[in-house]
Amino acid sequence: MSKAREAKAAKIRQLMETEGDAVGTSTRGFNEGRYESVQTLDDYEGLKSEARAIKEDAIERLPELIDQLRETVESNGGTLYIADDAADANQYIREVCEDKEAERVVKSKSMTSEEIEVNEDLEAADIDVVETDLGEWVLQVADESPSHIVAPAIHKSREAIADLFNETFEPDEPLETAEELTMFAREQLGELIEGADVGMTGANFITADTGTMALVTSEGNARKTAVVPDTHVAVAGVEKVIPTVEDLRPFVELIGKSGTGQDITSYISLLTPPVESPTVDFDAPDTPLSATETDRDFHLVLIDNGRFDMREDDQLRETLYCIRCSACSNVCANFQHVGGHAFGGETYSGGIGTGWEAGVEGLDSAAEFNDLCTGCSRCTTACPVEIDIPWINTVVRDRVNRGEVSELDWLVEGLTPDEEPGGVSLQKRFFGNFETAAKVGSFFAPVSNWAAGLGVSRDIMERFLGIDARRELPAFQRETLKDWFESRTSRVDDPVRTAVLYPDVYTNHVQVERGKAAVRALEALGVDVIVPDVRSSGRAPLSQGMIATAEDHAHDVYAGLAEHIDDGRDIVVIEPSDLAMFQSEYEKFLPEKSFERISEASYEVMEYVFGLLEHGADAGALSAGAGEEIAYHSHCQQRTLGLEGHTEAVLSDLGYDVATSDVECCGMAGSFGYKSEYYELSVDVGSELQGQFQTDENRDRTVVASGTSCLEQLDSLLSRPTQHPIQLVAPRR
Amino acid sequence: MSTGTVATFEDSLERLEVGWTHASSDGLADVLEGLCSDPTIGVDLPYDGVDLPDWVNTDPTPADLREANAGVTAAGLGIADYGSVVVQGTPDGIEPVSLFGDLHVAVLRQSDIVPGMPEAFDWLGEEFRTGHSSAIIATGPSATADMGALVKGAHGPKEVHVVILDE
Ligand code: SF4
Repeated sequence: MSKAREAKAAKIRQLMETEGDAVGTSTRGFNEGRYESVQTLDDYEGLKSEARAIKEDAIERLPELIDQLRETVESNGGTLYIADDAADANQYIREVCEDKEAERVVKSKSMTSEEIEVNEDLEAADIDVVETDLGEWVLQVADESPSHIVAPAIHKSREAIADLFNETFEPDEPLETAEELTMFAREQLGELIEGADVGMTGANFITADTGTMALVTSEGNARKTAVVPDTHVAVAGVEKVIPTVEDLRPFVELIGKSGTGQDITSYISLLTPPVESPTVDFDAPDTPLSATETDRDFHLVLIDNGRFDMREDDQLRETLYCIRCSACSNVCANFQHVGGHAFGGETYSGGIGTGWEAGVEGLDSAAEFNDLCTGCSRCTTACPVEIDIPWINTVVRDRVNRGEVSELDWLVEGLTPDEEPGGVSLQKRFFGNFETAAKVGSFFAPVSNWAAGLGVSRDIMERFLGIDARRELPAFQRETLKDWFESRTSRVDDPVRTAVLYPDVYTNHVQVERGKAAVRALEALGVDVIVPDVRSSGRAPLSQGMIATAEDHAHDVYAGLAEHIDDGRDIVVIEPSDLAMFQSEYEKFLPEKSFERISEASYEVMEYVFGLLEHGADAGALSAGAGEEIAYHSHCQQRTLGLEGHTEAVLSDLGYDVATSDVECCGMAGSFGYKSEYYELSVDVGSELQGQFQTDENRDRTVVASGTSCLEQLDSLLSRPTQHPIQLVAPRR
Repeated sequence: MSTGTVATFEDSLERLEVGWTHASSDGLADVLEGLCSDPTIGVDLPYDGVDLPDWVNTDPTPADLREANAGVTAAGLGIADYGSVVVQGTPDGIEPVSLFGDLHVAVLRQSDIVPGMPEAFDWLGEEFRTGHSSAIIATGPSATADMGALVKGAHGPKEVHVVILDE
């Protein structure tokens, strides 16, 4: 393994050991909570679209809204400052504090303030800064960085926090329970808030019409921070401005549910500072509030720091719609296992962290963790503002690729007929051009291992391509699905429909049996099948960030299928990740009409079988289950497309007894699990699925899975054979 | 506001484990007596003919805030779907009084309960445009999960009780 890969693997290994359990427990809890909580909404999808539309409009009109906001803030009696960058913001905030002769600033949680590192700046000016969010305070005491954008100390267990407090503060009675720790922190921080001179908060949203900011919190520290001292500084990115108070509503309903799975957080503070509430001057403890002279000062510091450039960037712009709810972190299988210390950059973590880091910090910081997004797409339906988070990760990967220089291109020479400029790493070029490798693989099979056939040993593959030697390589079949299909004649006399079975690269070269089974099953149901010679979908290069190559595939695939579609044939796809290309990613590559045509004409194979049966096809032509017990793992992208249920329904209707896994992802995710730096993480993520399929109830069940990767992962984790569901139901002839 | 809305509000409070009591204007003092222990601070209620009992300190000092067991304030709105109350910051100190005591007693007129967030935000939009400067949508007590388990009572009240004023 190369040094860089070894170092990355070591860091991931260490974080999985030290922080993985704590992060996993909490994020999985948040994620489950989200599924439950969003069900309480009458129209969840509609609400998300509403939220999305508000953000799109607000970012579109941002300069105008900021002008309006400036007027409202000033007429309310506050000040609006637009800071170009972190240094500018810090200088302004420091001057406000120095004007007040502030000795202590109390803060409520704000990621934007982490981004500009205002604490360090103020402390350098001898101003004491106290984080009052309990999680942030723990980190301040421990001198650590946040591992999650909403629950910053998520990586620390209760025991670790107790040890930290007991060592640092040496309380009379050692602290132990969460309750004791909370009460201790509340008391310590309560005193610090009482003596504070300036309160600093973030702002989740700011409305241009009234200058009202919304703070989404639960602890009450933000309320105290805003009401006790007479000076309030709010720090937020420029993207937080939305038009009106009414526009807050979808966000208020969505943010807690999406994030920590709470219907709503304890407090949504809506403040139009300077507020009318009396200040609480603990230096004059016996002066009634009614006799306190309240003269509040308010500064809203909106930070650009790259955001206006993001706004101009057609690909990164969507990032600005993000409301930092953390759903995309919590739903992410990789994040659940390593947390934000691996899956994060300078400030931001999780799936969307890539977009933020690329925009505010630069590609280098984004490149650190961007590969941890496998494109499984589970976050896309979780995101309350419908951001295509995997796409942003792909775009950033593409940009990172273009900045890299590689000297060993000869190794993959001939295997990489791609559209990419020099600079894509060998590993990525290899996986991105998997179709070519597969052709070579089938050519050498079964006489010799394909790698050996190429004269490349596993050792070389590991050293130069970063393909982990512990991972079994796919067994390419000599006879491809296309070869097999061409050597036989169709057996359907009076077809009800004609279907084009898309020969994805795995089905064609590796999982050939599932392809044959699909042909048999469809023919048994009266469908005439064609297996055309069409190029691979472009999923492989896309997942390596090779966008130009993927786009090239898209055009070829469309060209190869267009006539079939025109002729009224259905496109049936076995590999869910390829179907997802046709139904999602191709939108980015094809003209709108073309995308609609291919998207509407294509079906996942079990979805198609489901449809045929619904339309009266004879289920008796398929293999009945007779109560056979099945453990089924759907594919991440298939679930995002909402197609898990079709397989379950077909299997149940045919008399199988189906138990379905509920993990977000198998951990393999295409090439991810092959890469030596991620192999162990991939296995760790897979262990959840492994566990679910090895319970007493499930251990004897027949294992079926829809995706190639999932099958490969399950093969390596279980000692039972695996197959695609179509193999189960296809007639055996 | 229909009885259905009130029932939904009560269901939501139940789910949040927030107590509630119905009271008439005349019965309010007794209800408060049963809920609050000394020292109790409060802010005069903006409802005609409804007064807080004398033992509620309505002119608190910072020291009183620190010591308060309970804080009694009005709530401008109840949101049935969520069991939320809207606490409006006012010059006479609703915000600190509702925030510092261990128990916050929110006194809400039954007619001020709305079904859901759309209605609440119609109302809030009006409030903010006509010059109100702060409103907290408060749902249950303050809470944190930052110390390894959910704890009720972080920086704010540990307990909330809603008194629904029947008219
Ligand atoms: S990208 Fe979407 S899901 Fe992720 S934090 Fe932002 S708003 Fe939440």
